[in-house]
Amino acid sequence: MDAVATFDPRGLVELDGSVPRISEIDGERAVLEARELSTRKINAELRWLLYERGVKDVTIRNPSARHSLGVGILTRCRITFEGSLGYFGCGLIDGPEVQVNGRVGWSVAENMMSGVVVIESNAGSLAGAALRGGDLVVKGQVGARTGIDQKGGTIVVLGDAGSMTGFMMQRGRQIICGDVGPGLGDSMYDGTIYVGGKVAALGIDCVEGEWTDADTELVARKFRIYGLGAPPELRKFVCGKKLYNYDSLEPSERKLVL
Amino acid sequence: MCGIAGIIYRDGDGQHQVGRDMTRMLQAMKHRGPDSTGYALYRPSAEGYVMHVKLAEANGHRDFELGERLRRQRTEVEGRMRAAGAHIRGVERSTEHAMTVTFDHDGDLKRLADYVEDARGTEVLSLGRSLEIVKDLGDAETVAADYGLDGFVGTHAIGHARMATESDVDIANAHPYWAYPFPDVAVVHNGQLTNYFQWRRRLERAGHRFQSECDSEIIAVYLAERMAQGDSLEDAMRLSLDDLDGVFTYICVTDDALGVAKDELGAKPLVLYESDDIVALASEEIAIRKVVEREIETYDPYEGAVMVWTR
Repeated sequence: MDAVATFDPRGLVELDGSVPRISEIDGERAVLEARELSTRKINAELRWLLYERGVKDVTIRNPSARHSLGVGILTRCRITFEGSLGYFGCGLIDGPEVQVNGRVGWSVAENMMSGVVVIESNAGSLAGAALRGGDLVVKGQVGARTGIDQKGGTIVVLGDAGSMTGFMMQRGRQIICGDVGPGLGDSMYDGTIYVGGKVAALGIDCVEGEWTDADTELVARKFRIYGLGAPPELRKFVCGKKLYNYDSLEPSERKLVL
Repeated sequence: MCGIAGIIYRDGDGQHQVGRDMTRMLQAMKHRGPDSTGYALYRPSAEGYVMHVKLAEANGHRDFELGERLRRQRTEVEGRMRAAGAHIRGVERSTEHAMTVTFDHDGDLKRLADYVEDARGTEVLSLGRSLEIVKDLGDAETVAADYGLDGFVGTHAIGHARMATESDVDIANAHPYWAYPFPDVAVVHNGQLTNYFQWRRRLERAGHRFQSECDSEIIAVYLAERMAQGDSLEDAMRLSLDDLDGVFTYICVTDDALGVAKDELGAKPLVLYESDDIVALASEEIAIRKVVEREIETYDPYEGAVMVWTR
């Protein structure tokens, strides 16, 4: 990742993408002080630690609410952010266990394939957008359109959620312990949304579902794994199947069925 | 996409570096809009009025006569102000195409502003006892340096980093907008209004003038008109959620309050930090962290939210 000169009339691109190599490495653990680094350098350093130095546990100090940190990490590892992230944090990841000791902006864990992202405080809108797998746990409140286009995985929110939660959701589960705004599960294809608080209004083709033992087991398991205490009384919401008539199989699954 | 920001100090003593704060916030959001940058800055109410005047577009037509024309225009603005009954205390030349006039006046402010704007190419950017609007092309550091804003001491401020989408890149279409002719009211907006022409025609019929093609200009005039009819800032902002269509997050300021409103879809971002002595809000937390340099508890207000703070 050496410097690449690009034509940049507005001065918006960070030109120098070289790896700073300043982390304190101790065996499989490393600590990165990010205060003076650019976004690009933080991500370059993180990749260098995980892919080339064989580090398995990275702590990043002073992320200072910068955008796009910890994106595209495709290996099993543990990453801890000691502070808040901006937009698009931990997007496109496959494998990491991420702990954020702070808040995150819009689109956290977007398109995560597998792994865990735990956020100690609030999250912005579009948390877990297009989530494919893994668990996203937000201990504070989330903004609007949580899990928009969600295709798998589980989103757990201990606080309230905004409007259009689970908009166009196709698979996966959401457990929202607080209140949700209007348009819950609007135009959802499939998947399940559990809500503990008040529902301002259901979205189009979202209906209340029948509670089963499998639901109790799932909720209890997720709360146990993340040490969230006893789960609250929840209601279950699913797709009414009146709006769409698509099959819900992945291409690989369709081959097996046929 | 645009970046908006606001900061208000709540102790009311008016001795805060709001100019420098706003520059830091807007510069941190340069990636949201590098086309133009604007500030609405408030200092404690003075005896007289301050008027910011634009004489020409920064990227307008240039010829050999321009310098001479601008010089004549300055003289004409001063002449017109005196003719309308204003007592001029001082004139400052911030850039070649802008001027700031401090003056005393007892008469009708709208008449004065109208008369000044009648001079060809002239636009009154702001007028009030505590409000000063500065807007120009370029990023926050460029504009702050050109107009010497880093030393501005006051109570509260809003700012805007613009990415032009539906109207031109020039000063006329840059934010913030002053609620012409209502003194000390200004607005910055991130979003698009879809019933802009409806409201513009309605407000034009009521006698208001519009200097730009930008949809955001109607928010300022709409709110000020409501307040002139007796509504509080908060009531006016609540009504605007029904009356304005489209996606928006806007911040409105008066001489003693700062309010924010979000549309019913929550389509445009806003991050809020509240403490006992300061409220800071911006499109991105990264901007707030430039003025509150530590780990802080912030959140996104929900759709349809209207919140107002006083200094």
